[in-house]
Amino acid sequence: MVSVRSVYTSPSSLTYHDLPWIIHHREDRCTLCGRCTSVCPVGAISLAYQRQRMPKLDILQKKRGNEYRHFTGIRQHTVVEKRCIGCGMCAAVCPNEAIGPQANTNENRSSFLLNQKGDSYKRGGRRNATGKTVLDRISFGRISMLTDPALDAGRHEFNTNTILGRVLSPEEFLRRRAAGEWIPPTREIFPFVIGSMSFGALSPNMWLGLLQGVAYCNEVLGIPVVMATGEGGCPPWVLKSPFLKYIILQIASGYFGWDEIIRAIPEMQCDPAAIEIKYGQGAKPGDGGLLMWFKVSKLIARLRGVPEGVDLPSPPVHQTLYSIEESVMKMIQTMSMAFGFRVPVYPKISGSTSAKAVLNNLVRNPYAGGLLIDGIDGGTGAAYNVSMEATGHPIASNLRECYLDLVRQGRENEIPLFAAGGVGKNGNVTQNGMALIMLGASGVHIGKYIMQSAAGCLGNEMGRCNVCNVGICPKGITSQNEKLFRRLDPDDVAQRVVDTFMSIRTEMKKIMAPLGRSQSLPIGMSDALGVDDQAIADRLQIDYIC
Amino acid sequence: MCRLALKSADTPFSPYEVLTAMEAMQEGYDGSGLGLLLRGVEFEEFKLKPHHVVLSGIAHTEAAFHRLTDWMGGQGFQVKYAHEFDRKPGLIEAKDRFNYLVRVYRMPEAWAHLTTDEIDDRLLQARLAIRRDGDAHGGDITVFSLYRDAVMIKEVGWPLEVGNALGLQDGRIKARVVMAQGRQNTNYGINLYACHPFFIQGIATMTNGENTAFVPIKEWLLGKNIPGYLGYHSDSETFTHILHYITKKLKLPLELYKHVITPLKTEELDVHPNGDFLKGLRTACRRLIIDGPNAVIATLPDETSMLVMDQKKMRPATVGGRPGAWAIASEMCGVDALVPDRDPSLDFQPMREHTVIIPPERKELIVWSQFDQFTLPQAA
Repeated sequence: MVSVRSVYTSPSSLTYHDLPWIIHHREDRCTLCGRCTSVCPVGAISLAYQRQRMPKLDILQKKRGNEYRHFTGIRQHTVVEKRCIGCGMCAAVCPNEAIGPQANTNENRSSFLLNQKGDSYKRGGRRNATGKTVLDRISFGRISMLTDPALDAGRHEFNTNTILGRVLSPEEFLRRRAAGEWIPPTREIFPFVIGSMSFGALSPNMWLGLLQGVAYCNEVLGIPVVMATGEGGCPPWVLKSPFLKYIILQIASGYFGWDEIIRAIPEMQCDPAAIEIKYGQGAKPGDGGLLMWFKVSKLIARLRGVPEGVDLPSPPVHQTLYSIEESVMKMIQTMSMAFGFRVPVYPKISGSTSAKAVLNNLVRNPYAGGLLIDGIDGGTGAAYNVSMEATGHPIASNLRECYLDLVRQGRENEIPLFAAGGVGKNGNVTQNGMALIMLGASGVHIGKYIMQSAAGCLGNEMGRCNVCNVGICPKGITSQNEKLFRRLDPDDVAQRVVDTFMSIRTEMKKIMAPLGRSQSLPIGMSDALGVDDQAIADRLQIDYIC
Repeated sequence: MCRLALKSADTPFSPYEVLTAMEAMQEGYDGSGLGLLLRGVEFEEFKLKPHHVVLSGIAHTEAAFHRLTDWMGGQGFQVKYAHEFDRKPGLIEAKDRFNYLVRVYRMPEAWAHLTTDEIDDRLLQARLAIRRDGDAHGGDITVFSLYRDAVMIKEVGWPLEVGNALGLQDGRIKARVVMAQGRQNTNYGINLYACHPFFIQGIATMTNGENTAFVPIKEWLLGKNIPGYLGYHSDSETFTHILHYITKKLKLPLELYKHVITPLKTEELDVHPNGDFLKGLRTACRRLIIDGPNAVIATLPDETSMLVMDQKKMRPATVGGRPGAWAIASEMCGVDALVPDRDPSLDFQPMREHTVIIPPERKELIVWSQFDQFTLPQAA
């Protein structure tokens, strides 16, 4: 026996009860096939020989003794690097339902020890905040059922599309039209946009599946869905394909991928849907993109014009940026010019109390095609935990404030506001999106929801999985490792994208019909909204209901 | 859901005729309000001249009445005729009705050199000033219109009873065009300003139905800061202001009203001869797209009358008549009652794409389709 005093405990010593997820293993069901241990993305479990002592007392012989039973069990590792992430792949592959992680309801001691080797805790995912969001609490209460004949969501025709791009005032439109002057480009798109997720962050199969699904929505179903790339460009074959018109190309502070894009311009068959200039991201305001070396594969390195296997942290701000005025002048105008003033160009910023300042600057710029505001509940492939958890601004009040500011100026039709950050966080994607639209958004961007809905991303608000940053995504969504991403069939992803957007369209009609709206997207129809909290109602200037 | 009746005839007729005809549609209103607008007005005791304007409204107290008449005099308006209704006050529920104003003024001499548009702006400013004054004094003045050849009456009560209370059957006041609305109060409080028709610078509309896109449209119109775009006690007031905005501010042809409030779909515009322009206009005027079931009936200063439906045609308005006398009503029985001596087989129920016009000559109906080509003298 080892004496208790001599047991070594380091400051970082943990037991499995200190971890956020505890593996529950049922020996009686286990066939020792070993699938769970081989699939575990972090190596949190291993098969181990264990010995069980059975005390034995022979009363007649007056002898005491022991018997030992040896068996092969599952051992959960307690070192921080190998802590269970709760992804549940072990349960997914187990033939006998013998194993699976369970959330630890005890205090999570491991969170004090995640800052190993001089670095703070980095991860992928989202802000871990469970429970209903403000958007989840909003309901649509202005029902036109008896005051007027209600619409039939199943039979009537609905216009559910929105406009992306700078819109002129009617007076200015007519003047320019008569004078034959330039009229800013606009796009008629579906108001739920697949938010920017970079080609480096997503696996090739995920990206292909998304694009296939988006093309099907556009070309077969007539749902004009567009998707945004994150930083890092786009495969050359896409740039030169007719599918480019469904893609919003993002330029971010690292300018990764733009060599390829600029070189492809002469060979483009069509214009992209829009250009998004990323100044900020809701999940990690003040941080640039972060593609960690695990994910910089040969293809990604080529697209981005960098060596393989190096970390690619984008600067927090655009290096050319001196001030917002200059940014608007330089970047929006340059990007507009690069595409012959035929493509809307708009900035994306993180939700912030200073969003109105940005907006007011854009209002005065005739080239700005909109503003995307990304709230704190947005997701990311990689960031410091502190950025994700604590930095940023929730989207609802930020968007509403900006919209009401435009209303005061009579400019709400001219600069379309797009909102992002937590839309569909708890699964209520259409409800969340329509609430934002009625608060004043022209549309919403959805990223995490698409990963969860179209590809089965395992992440949740309890810190589950969240390893997108290190390229070990057990579903193959955010990995550049072929062994992992071949788990994801692009055709299945495409099918799920289509399922998702068909369902969103149906739910939009189910929301719009009882409100008596079918002719146009109910942007700013705040009289339809109610919330069961007086303070939220006051802040958003909507009805308090109870 | 309200009931609407409009009659346009070469021979002036009493507005009481329209109120009687409205009884045919009586299950559609609840006595929460009546609104009347008269154009081509003829008084038995006075002949209107082109330089005359008519002030319509209610002075609720004697003090308000004197304050108003003094103010008008101070602005240079000379009163030429004050129509006194033969009132039976017992028939009106409200007691604070000192005077129903229908007063004819000669426009101030200082305005002699102004253009018609400038005069319209001055008249609007004067009406708004009166309205503000009434609001500042606890609502003791309600003003409906101040314009050439337009009389408006609004009152809470059963339409025919209101007519009786004001003695409209005596024929002392007649008109070539009469719009009437019997109100069914649904969403908003009973308020004289909430009664249709709504009026701004000679343009008047009335609607039955509900504009479910009211709030975004209202917010956009308010944001334009155009004088007179205020009130919005009723969601239907937006229809009047949109018509005013399209025709007076943007100076677009009347055909485009329908294109703005219920634009065609993208697939339809792709094959429309003016599709490119219309797509741009739809985008620029996107906040003026109406929604919900609506039949909008409008009249213009030149005695043109117009009827358009919502995009899904969820309202059953009908137009019918004969050369010289035409009627638009929210129900077919209303048309029957207004112009009985017509061929009912020629009645027309506009579909979602139609704009029906009764021109001032009243010889025949004009029906425009949104699918037709149109010419844009300035903007094309």
